[in-house]
Order: sequence, then structure tokens, then C-alpha cells
Amino acid sequence: MRANGGARRLHLSFPRPLVRAAFFIPAVLLLLFLVILPILQTIFLSFYSDGAFVGVDNYSDVVSDPATINLRGFPRGPPLGTLVHNLIWTAIHLPMSLFTGLFLAVLLQRVRGASIVKSMIFVGMVTPMILGGVILRFLFEAPIGLVPSAFGALGFESLNVNWIVHPSTLLFGLIFGSVWLWTGFSLILYSAGLTTIPKDYFEAARVDGASPWRIFRRITWPLLRPITLVVVTMTVLWELKLFDLVLGATNAGGGVGSAADVLALQMYRYGFVALPPRVHQAAAVATLLTGLTLAWTVMMFRHILLGARFSRGKRSGRLARRLAGRA
Amino acid sequence: MRRPTAAQLVARLRRIRVRPSALLAHGVAWGIGLAWLIPFLGLAMAAIRPIGEILFGWWDFQSFHPTLANFAIAWDHDSYPMSEGLRNSFLVAIPSTLIPILVGAMVGYGFARFRFPLRDYIFVSVVVLMAIPQQMVAVPLFRTMLAAGLVDTFQGLILVHSAWGIPWILLFMRNFFQTLPAEVEEAARVDGAGDFKIFVKIVMPMALPAFAAIAVLQFMWVWNDFFFAQILMYSQDQLLATQRVTRLAGQFYSPWDLMSAASIIVLIVPVALYAFLQRYYIRGMIGWTIKG
Repeated sequence: MRANGGARRLHLSFPRPLVRAAFFIPAVLLLLFLVILPILQTIFLSFYSDGAFVGVDNYSDVVSDPATINLRGFPRGPPLGTLVHNLIWTAIHLPMSLFTGLFLAVLLQRVRGASIVKSMIFVGMVTPMILGGVILRFLFEAPIGLVPSAFGALGFESLNVNWIVHPSTLLFGLIFGSVWLWTGFSLILYSAGLTTIPKDYFEAARVDGASPWRIFRRITWPLLRPITLVVVTMTVLWELKLFDLVLGATNAGGGVGSAADVLALQMYRYGFVALPPRVHQAAAVATLLTGLTLAWTVMMFRHILLGARFSRGKRSGRLARRLAGRA
Repeated sequence: MRRPTAAQLVARLRRIRVRPSALLAHGVAWGIGLAWLIPFLGLAMAAIRPIGEILFGWWDFQSFHPTLANFAIAWDHDSYPMSEGLRNSFLVAIPSTLIPILVGAMVGYGFARFRFPLRDYIFVSVVVLMAIPQQMVAVPLFRTMLAAGLVDTFQGLILVHSAWGIPWILLFMRNFFQTLPAEVEEAARVDGAGDFKIFVKIVMPMALPAFAAIAVLQFMWVWNDFFFAQILMYSQDQLLATQRVTRLAGQFYSPWDLMSAASIIVLIVPVALYAFLQRYYIRGMIGWTIKG
């Protein structure tokens, strides 16, 4: 067959642009029908109600609903609404998981068996989040769970209760529990980042008599800035998209009094649990959530791309560069 | 190298000075690492003991009768057998890994090597899709699948996962292909090979390590996914592994013995994958976050 060059001639009969287009066609079809069109349809749905254009009515319904924002709840605690819960989650979970991972990454630099310790902490990251939620429930329920009993043994009787059935303990318990599951992410990224910093920098600083804290402040932290930006970007996206964890630990209602309800779960409830389904409100919640994740992503992308230029000349990086010049 | 004699070993051990700070670092790091596993230890304890022994805490060992009965019951559960769940999850996760790798590699190659108008803008737009929550497509996706007769079928779920995996695989593969030298491909082109032949015969074999890294991550994401399965699969015998554990609980009673055993059955796959293919997993993860 091949001897007379038939195969080649057959091949040449396809014009090159057509062959090249074939590389894109499967991806375009999949993305178009299963990602892009559904996104546009959801946006569309969010401005309609029963076939009639209603402008931003669905959005004002959702935003004015105490299920989304419940500012009157502030003096007494959760439920404060899904949007507020996502923000509280971010405010607590982001710094806790980021700095715990960073601390461990720096500490593990000079520990034997570091890769085993990293794996122990990383197990949470490969756990399906729905099971992460189930495990947290197992941890916080009384009398079966460890956390209430541990607080009881330490003498904190007010925390020796079933955390899952009290609004405040439920929300904050799940937030702290999610730190346990997610810390492996910043640990692994920071560990990888630390290996890219030349050892000479640390040695030169040590010879100069710099304290460990000063070395961290002036060398490690500034040089890890690109990693920090990635960790912050991805962690906030994870916090905004929280879904399985809350469902696994509670139910489709976000737990007792919806104390741990989040935006993604609210959308699921409106679109797939409520009878009759509140499809248009579900679309509005989804669009709102997507607006948040997209705004955040675009902002951080610009930061990451422009970051190098802005940080130049900043005080924090000066020592590192001086050392770099010497090394 | 010759093995050191006992005397040499002793001398070497004497020379090692244990600094207090190093000891502290080891103690803290290992202590935190082990403490991190305690919830999993609790899960394992609940899974291997009769429910009566763990109701007031799995850390109570006054009566301790380890058994595999919970695993057996969860595996062959009357309503939600985990064996069926594992089979379904494999049937979905394997094609949902292979299809987007192939499709994503092709399109990644296209973005890396071919020139066309607005290329970089289109590339960035597709990559930004990674930020979009699954909830954003849920309702229309369900309707499309319903119209296509693909709701409650594995094929439907596989298509959704395949499409959803493309943006990050595209990002990963394009970056990978850009690091490959183009000379080999140019040489093949001079010899008269077409784009497709070059891709299959030359580029794909070079990309095998990248495929391994992607496969581990993509498989794990599909295996661990809950949302898409939850909105598309509802027949009792079609449910995936992740959908079954919470269904074992009644409204007022959670059978923690069965739920723990079922959780471990589901967990074992990603944990084993991570344990054995850690190198690829980490490479995949760092590849798509940092280099991206």
C-alpha cells in the first residue's frame, strides 16, 4: 500500500487549514454545548421569569432574601446568609490554611522524612469533599465525635456539645475543619517554591548573623511572593465554590437554621431540591457566584502578570536582591 | 561502597550532635503530621468496630473487637451497595480521563504550534473557564441532557466531565508543548509528514509523561466529584460511589459504622493513587497552578 505513495497522496488531498481545524473541533464541540452555551443560558434564565423578561428582579429577590444576606443576624451570630458565610469562610480559612502550610513548609525544610509528613497532611486534599464533610460531622457530633469530648476533657464544658446542631459551632466548626482538609495545598506549593530559592541566600544571611525571623521576613517571604499569589487565588476560588463539604456535613438546607449555608448550596437547593424548582432564582445565585469568581480571577491574573513590575523597588525584596547579587 | 564496620558506625553516631533546635523541629513537624491523621484514624476505628463500641467515642478501648463485618455489609448493602458504586465510578472516571486528555492534547498542540487570529485571547478565555463554578451550568446542562436522553446515563456524565476537564488540560498541554523543541517536527514536515501524522507519531510519544501527570489529577477529580453526579444520576443502581455514603444515613439516625466503612471504600482509590503516583500528582498540580 505504502510503496506507491498512495497514502501520502491521499493525505495531501486534505488542505492544511482543514487538517489544522480538526485539532480544535472536538474541544470546540464539547466546550460549546456543555460549558459555554449552558453558561449563556443561565445568564439568560436569570433575567427571565416564566418566559417574561423581568430585568434584575431575580437578583433583587435573591439579594434581599435573608437566606443570602441577613445583616440583622450579626449581634447573635449565624445564620447570616449564604453570601456572608462565604465571606466569613474566606476571612478565616484563607489566612489559617495559608500560614499553616507556609509554616510547615519552612519547618519541614530541615526535617528528616519531610515527604512522609507532607503526605500525611496532604491526604485531606485527595479526599472527596463530600466525604470531607462526612468526616467533619463525625468529628464534631456528640457524643461520638472527638472534638466535643476533647474540649470537655480540657474543661470547656460550653464546647462539649453536639457542634452540628448549634448554629455558631456548626459554621465555625466546619470552617476550622476545612482548614484541616485544605492546608496540604499551600504546604505542597510552598514546599515546591522553597526548593527554587538558592541555598546560598540563606547561608549568606546566616553568615551575616541574621535571625531566622529576619531571614524569613526579608528572603523567604518576598521570594515566595509568586507562590503566595497562586495560593491566595486558588484558595479563595475554593472558598467561593464550597459545596460538597457543607452538604456532606449537614444537608441540602445548610444545616441547623441554615447556619452553614453557602451560595453554591443555595443554588443547588433552588434548582434541584425545591418543589416547584425556583430555576430563575437559582440562575441568579449562580450568576452572582460566577461574577464573584470571575472578578476575583481576573483581578488576581492581572496582579500575577503585573506583580513582578510592581514589587520592584519595594523594601521587602531589597535584602534578597543584595544577597542575590553577592551569591 | 563497602559496608562500614560496627566500630565505624558507633564512631559515626558519636560524631552526630543532636542540636535542641533540630530536635524541636522534628518533634513539632512529626507531631503535627501525626495529629493531622487523627480524624482518619477515628474513621478507621469506627469502620472496624461494632457500633456499640464507638457510640461514646472511638478512642475508648475498654472493649475492643475489631471486625470486617462493616465493610462486608457496606460492600453488599441492600439499597446502596458500595461494590456497585465503585464499579460505576470506574466506568465513569476512566473514559472521563482518557477522552479529555486526547481532546485537550490536540487543542493544546493547536494553540502551541498553529498561528491564527486572536489566538492568545481565545486561549486565555478558555483557561478562565476554570474559575467558573459547576453551578453556573447546572440547570441548562440538565435540560440539554434531558433533551438528548442522556440524563441518568454514564455517557452523559462522561461527556460533561470530558468537557469540564478541557480548560485545565489545555493550559497544561499548551505549556508543555511550548517547551518541546520544534526542530523535530520541522524535520518531519520537510520529509512530507502532515500535521496529524506529526502529532500522532512524534508529539504524542514525547508527551507521555505529561499525560501521566494529567491522568492522575483528572481521574481523581472525576472520582471525587459529587455535584455533576448528583444532578445527573438518580437511579439507585446508577449512583456513583461518592453519592452513596450520605445516603446510608437516615433522617434521624446515622449508622456511623457503615458510613465509616463505606467512606474508606471510596477513599481508598484516590489515596492509593496518590501514594503510588505521587510524583505525577504533584507534577500535575504544580504544573497547572504555578507555571500557569
